[in-house]
Amino acid sequence: MTSESIGWWGVVLGILAGAVRGGTPFLLVSLGECLTEKSGKINLGLEGTLLMGAMSAYAVSYKTGSPWAGVAAAGATGALMGALHALLVSRPKVNDIAAGIAMLIFGTGCAFFLSKPYIQPSAPQLPAVALGGWSQVAQVQAALRISPLFFLGVAVAFALQWFFRATRWGMHVRAVGDSPAAARAMGISVGRTRFLAIMAGSALGGIGGAHLTLFYPGAWTEAISSGQGLMAVALVIFARWNPVQCLWASLLFGGAQAVGPSLQAVGISTGYYLWNASPYILTLLVMVLTCSRKRTLVGAPGALGSPS
Amino acid sequence: MMTIPPVVRPAKPFDLELVKVTKRFGSFVANDQISLKVPAGTFHALLGENGAGKSTLVKCIMGFHQAEEGDILVHGHSREINSPYDAYQFGIGMVYQHFTLVPAMTVAENLVLSRPDTPGIINWKDEMARLREFMQTAPFKMDLDTPASELAAGQKQKVEILKQLYLDSKFLILDEPTSVLTPSEADEVLGLIRDKVKAGDLSVLLITHKFREVFGFCDEITVLRRGQFAGHGLVKDLTADDMAAMMMGGQRETKIVPKAVRERGPAGLEIKGLCANKDNGVPALTNLNLTVHEGEVVGIAGVSGNGQRELVEVLAGQRPATGGELVVHGASYHGTRAETAEHGFFLLPEEPLRNACVPQMSVAENIAFRSFDRPPMTRAGCLVSRAAIRSFAQDLITRFSVKTRSPETPIGDLSGGNVQRAVLARELGPGTARVLIAANPCFGLDFAAVESIHGQITEARNRGVAVLLVSEDLDELLALADRLLVISHGEFVYETTPAQADIKTIGHHMAGH
Repeated sequence: MTSESIGWWGVVLGILAGAVRGGTPFLLVSLGECLTEKSGKINLGLEGTLLMGAMSAYAVSYKTGSPWAGVAAAGATGALMGALHALLVSRPKVNDIAAGIAMLIFGTGCAFFLSKPYIQPSAPQLPAVALGGWSQVAQVQAALRISPLFFLGVAVAFALQWFFRATRWGMHVRAVGDSPAAARAMGISVGRTRFLAIMAGSALGGIGGAHLTLFYPGAWTEAISSGQGLMAVALVIFARWNPVQCLWASLLFGGAQAVGPSLQAVGISTGYYLWNASPYILTLLVMVLTCSRKRTLVGAPGALGSPS
Repeated sequence: MMTIPPVVRPAKPFDLELVKVTKRFGSFVANDQISLKVPAGTFHALLGENGAGKSTLVKCIMGFHQAEEGDILVHGHSREINSPYDAYQFGIGMVYQHFTLVPAMTVAENLVLSRPDTPGIINWKDEMARLREFMQTAPFKMDLDTPASELAAGQKQKVEILKQLYLDSKFLILDEPTSVLTPSEADEVLGLIRDKVKAGDLSVLLITHKFREVFGFCDEITVLRRGQFAGHGLVKDLTADDMAAMMMGGQRETKIVPKAVRERGPAGLEIKGLCANKDNGVPALTNLNLTVHEGEVVGIAGVSGNGQRELVEVLAGQRPATGGELVVHGASYHGTRAETAEHGFFLLPEEPLRNACVPQMSVAENIAFRSFDRPPMTRAGCLVSRAAIRSFAQDLITRFSVKTRSPETPIGDLSGGNVQRAVLARELGPGTARVLIAANPCFGLDFAAVESIHGQITEARNRGVAVLLVSEDLDELLALADRLLVISHGEFVYETTPAQADIKTIGHHMAGH
């Protein structure tokens, strides 16, 4: 069967499949950023973390033959990068934006440097979870071959939501991010809470990278992340620092990314690059439409971006 | 040798004693060999001017600071208190002058979070049931699901006190807890705490400036002056003059600026049909109408959270009005910089550090905010002269006795009273004010500072300034206002003059009947 045989449904299907496939790294990175920002610090370095995660996942999967070892390595690399960022921003008068940009460049550079031996060989990929067995249509089957990391991301989204609402540590993270002074008065260690939150958030970012090299697109190239780590920062604002909304937002962004390729697949290539820009246009549009000057940004951690 | 028993959270109040506690910051001695004893089940007042070292002393008890010398005896045993958590373990809790609620969290979340023994996983159904049960016995009722950011100052203070009762603290330190409460609220709150003390459930160390509270509720006092012990005694043996003498070093001079008798001038500020929303979009003000004439102080009384904050924010230009109009000196007013300067429309908002200052900028720069962009501070239309700003500020710093290391110190480093003075200097110093909005201008200040600010407001009125005074302190309103309006649920519900005012009737209207 060719894509023509299901016609325009192919476009819809392509977008839906892209939402899940392309949305997974967005999801994991934005959840990591969400956790980080809830503690009151911004980590712009997640783009670098994403690349480091992607590279180390690919390398470890290639060396050990186990893609899951690759995922674990990506998480560990991410945690390490996060620890470095957390250490930097915990120093007095270190600006987290500046430190984040430094980490971004450092992570990107490191990943490119270390990845040289892994450009050619192909590493074992993560097994897809095939949910399309009920259908005879090949495109449907292909679209429903879903990354196991997507399910991880969905679970983490709901777990994080629950974590913020119904666990002591989660409430500590929110308190530290919203009012460090109040947190200190309650005997909560602001430094330690932030350190752990940034580290855990960064580990999620690293795992997001593993999806890129071990599932889709499924190989290591230097252009693999194309700024997804940075867009995740906007995505978190768009999702109002709510993990479950991060999930919907990531699907939306993933879907928008797939509009251009899906149209191309049915032979429409006019404005291909314009369609590829749709996630960015979408970001701007949604921001404009959802912002109101009468209301403050609900959910924004109060101490975000403040020097304390 | 005496053995020190292990720490168990106490179920009953205990004696707490400070022995020659000394705390230094660099070369500055904040507390110099201070001793203080609070016997179990007593209500003790800690008195002193701003900067006398009261807050530093209690922060040593709470474990925020560690004293360099001296001992803290809890139930007769010398104890190291290195963190607020240690203090909690000893059953010591504190209500701070600055709020310690997490703004984005609800009242319920704030209460649960404050408990150090909160389980790792919180079962909200059980917690809410326990909180509701606690609320049944609590001295005041609070909606558990309201986010702290939507509470007015007075309500926040109540939640802070509830938090300590919820934590079951047996030794309660209260740092000026009634500054934002109405007198009847203050009496109610302190009365209920007093009952708990009498019942043998609690010891209290109260930092206050109000003699009314000392005489109404306290057993004993200790007085500090400039970081040193300045006196101690039983309340029943002392008079207000004795206490004032201890605090001021026997040189208290009262300067009450008399209200000049004057004809009501033309309208200064007119509020016409004003409507505004709260942060959550719910209406806070509905169709407010008010005229403040020149040379008149109009007071607005009310329980906090009835629209006062929103009204002041609309007047300050911090919150958009959803309807109605402001008219100043007969012209429609929109709060542009040109209009504020033209009409001399000045403001003393509450929480001045947040609402009227840029904390990272210097005292001098903050004082120059109203006029730095005009000659003589700006030349040739665009060149700002730092020297001119400095000398302008230096003059006002001296005149308003703002205590700061230098004009270049960031204003965020100043104590609350001095920030308030600096803002007052900016708004009233140059004498160009013609309309003045003041919101709780004396929150948390000692009585010398209160007197000076009251004097400044009365002087401004006598000069012909139209003054709108929004306050939760009824005594202040009765002393300063020419007319008094009561606000309830965003509407003016009652008007009177201080001469005819009947506290009971006012209270009745404040309560919303």
